[in-house]
Amino acid sequence: MAFAAAAASGMGVACGRNGTPWRFFSIDEAQTLAAISDQIIPSAQDPGASWAGVVNYIDRQLCGPFQDLQDAYRSGLAAVNQSSQLAYGKKFADVETTQQIELLQRFEQKRAPEAVWQGISSSEFFSMVIDHTMQGYYGDPRHGGNRDAVSWKMLGLPYPPIRGRQAAKTKA
Amino acid sequence: MSLRRVNAVVVGGGAGGGIVAKELAEAGLSVVLLERGRWCTPYDDRKDDLRNQRTCVLGNSFGPDEKRNPRVIVDANGREEVVLSNHGAYSNNAACVGGGTLSYGAMAWRFLEKDFRLRSTYGAVSGSTLDDWPISYADLEPYYEKAEWEIGVSGDDSNNIFRAPRRRPLPMPPLPPNREYQILKPAAERLGLHPFDLPMLRNSVPYNGRGACMRCRWCVGFACEVDAKCGTQNTVIPKAIQTGNCELRTECFVKEVLTNARGHATGVAYFDSNGHLQEQPTDLVVVSCAAIESARLLLNSKSRLFPNGLGNRYDWVGRNLQGHAYTGAAGLFEEETYDDLGPGASIALCDFNHGNPGFVGGGLLANEFIRLPYQFARLGGPGIPRWGAAHKDFMRRYYRRSIYIMGPVQEMPVFESRVEVDPKIKDYWGIPVARLSGHRHENDLLGTKFLSSKAELWLKEAGATTTIPFNWISRDGPSGGQHQAGTCRMGNDPQTSVVDKFCRVHDVDNLYVIDGSVHVTNGGFNPVLTIMAIGYYASENLVKNWKGTHGRA
Repeated sequence: MAFAAAAASGMGVACGRNGTPWRFFSIDEAQTLAAISDQIIPSAQDPGASWAGVVNYIDRQLCGPFQDLQDAYRSGLAAVNQSSQLAYGKKFADVETTQQIELLQRFEQKRAPEAVWQGISSSEFFSMVIDHTMQGYYGDPRHGGNRDAVSWKMLGLPYPPIRGRQAAKTKA
Repeated sequence: MSLRRVNAVVVGGGAGGGIVAKELAEAGLSVVLLERGRWCTPYDDRKDDLRNQRTCVLGNSFGPDEKRNPRVIVDANGREEVVLSNHGAYSNNAACVGGGTLSYGAMAWRFLEKDFRLRSTYGAVSGSTLDDWPISYADLEPYYEKAEWEIGVSGDDSNNIFRAPRRRPLPMPPLPPNREYQILKPAAERLGLHPFDLPMLRNSVPYNGRGACMRCRWCVGFACEVDAKCGTQNTVIPKAIQTGNCELRTECFVKEVLTNARGHATGVAYFDSNGHLQEQPTDLVVVSCAAIESARLLLNSKSRLFPNGLGNRYDWVGRNLQGHAYTGAAGLFEEETYDDLGPGASIALCDFNHGNPGFVGGGLLANEFIRLPYQFARLGGPGIPRWGAAHKDFMRRYYRRSIYIMGPVQEMPVFESRVEVDPKIKDYWGIPVARLSGHRHENDLLGTKFLSSKAELWLKEAGATTTIPFNWISRDGPSGGQHQAGTCRMGNDPQTSVVDKFCRVHDVDNLYVIDGSVHVTNGGFNPVLTIMAIGYYASENLVKNWKGTHGRA
């Protein structure tokens, strides 16, 4: 599996107080992830991923079902910033949108500088962040993302989902 | 420690075991039904689109417990991997009272006559152990009917010109058509195909004391909040308990079937909900744990008389692991196709189950259940943006303008595709875990290619501007999945099968396997109604030949 290396290295850090408002991320990591997720699902006529709480979703799952992925996130986010420093001399969150997209495309196509990607490859990391961003944005708000059911409103899904109870008699 | 002796122990309260427990209890046998999971309700999983039996990215809702029950998967190159129950390759079927029937999509298919005699119809297939069943469609027909009426099926297959003969119609009418149905039906007819209303184990009208489907979008993968989906947990299992002859014990994990020096089954050893090892003496044992766990239990039941496990004298237990080679296509439309009327799946074709050019068998095609937003976000495929503004635009534009057509292609049984018990890895209770290995037959790939092209054709005729074929199947690993079957083949020859035509293990006269394991071939259909029919059929024979406890053990 893609994340076998990260999983094999153990459970990672304990979740809890670490000098940041997050459970797992540092403030810097959260900013980087917010910037990546906002390129995966940008704001347009509807809000984007970071507004919808995707970072909160991932942060929460990293202290739950995604615990085995802590190392992958820690080393991956560091490698994103190192790649950005190499290419543009700035942290990922601080470069222009077009440069962010260019860099993410390089990750996707495995054209990132290999040296800074140690624990996880750039394309594996980016694929994982795409998937988790989709979960946080399009998944149920109860898990910490999809604030105000924003994506479901965008898709025209009624929320809460009461259609059935209105449409059908359910008495035996 | 030994418990009070009973007439029958049924291991597994799913589609097969639930029915057997009820039939035996009604006939007056004392029955203990052992289920490894809990008795779950819809309130254990309330509309959670990331944590259910279909989308398990945050876990599953009805088991098995992720950490306690690993399996080992070996791919065609011999690479081993330990996988947990939320991994796709695990082939998870729920672990709870009702088994898969609590949270399934509930398509209620009868196999066709040819599905029971594929070998006679198509001839031998190289690289496959393809054979006919020792029983025919006609043998099972009365029991299909019993399943349809006792568990409850809605739908209307009178327009299905390919269907096998039936004596009685379905007990409930189909649900009123949704928009996908209205778009797809005329399109199929224009193509000269024969669309009809999908049969479903779901109340379309009040039936059996439970209400009708409320048509929500949380169906496959979820338990029904109004109890309109019909499984064994809300039909036969409560009935079994009401007889006073059946005791259901949940969270009990069976370690092995015990046998004596004369080769009779005498009981089962199991870990109860407190983790204590118990022995339940019994006159007969019915194994109904689904194809992977049933094979594992037989293989783990070793003794001096049965050094390779029960029923395994000729090395057939665990062989021929099958499922379905799923395929189909997604179609993108310019008009709205989404009307939020669940369950979504509504219309089907049997035009491609048999007689297709260049390969054996085939499968049904039907439109798919409602796609929840995250599921649709992960559609992927050539030309579909993966991320960025283009992906978001794609979601906004096509979520309500898409139809998926899906179909389960009948698989060719492969002897090397198998369940074993792993020599090293053990589960939470210290029992060797299932080890799945092997590969698919190339016929499966031909079938999926053909069927996905037909799905695309149907979608295009219906007005899809873009179609994306599903190419999910590769040959490089074992089959399985929720439709797992075939590992304890039914047959007349003890050297090439595990159970006889009444589901009795050839060399243990009071041990039965009654679930999808006995399927010789798995049809081009969702297998649950066939598993249920076999449950009724085998139970009837078992009861008929029941001579009481005298002379046993």
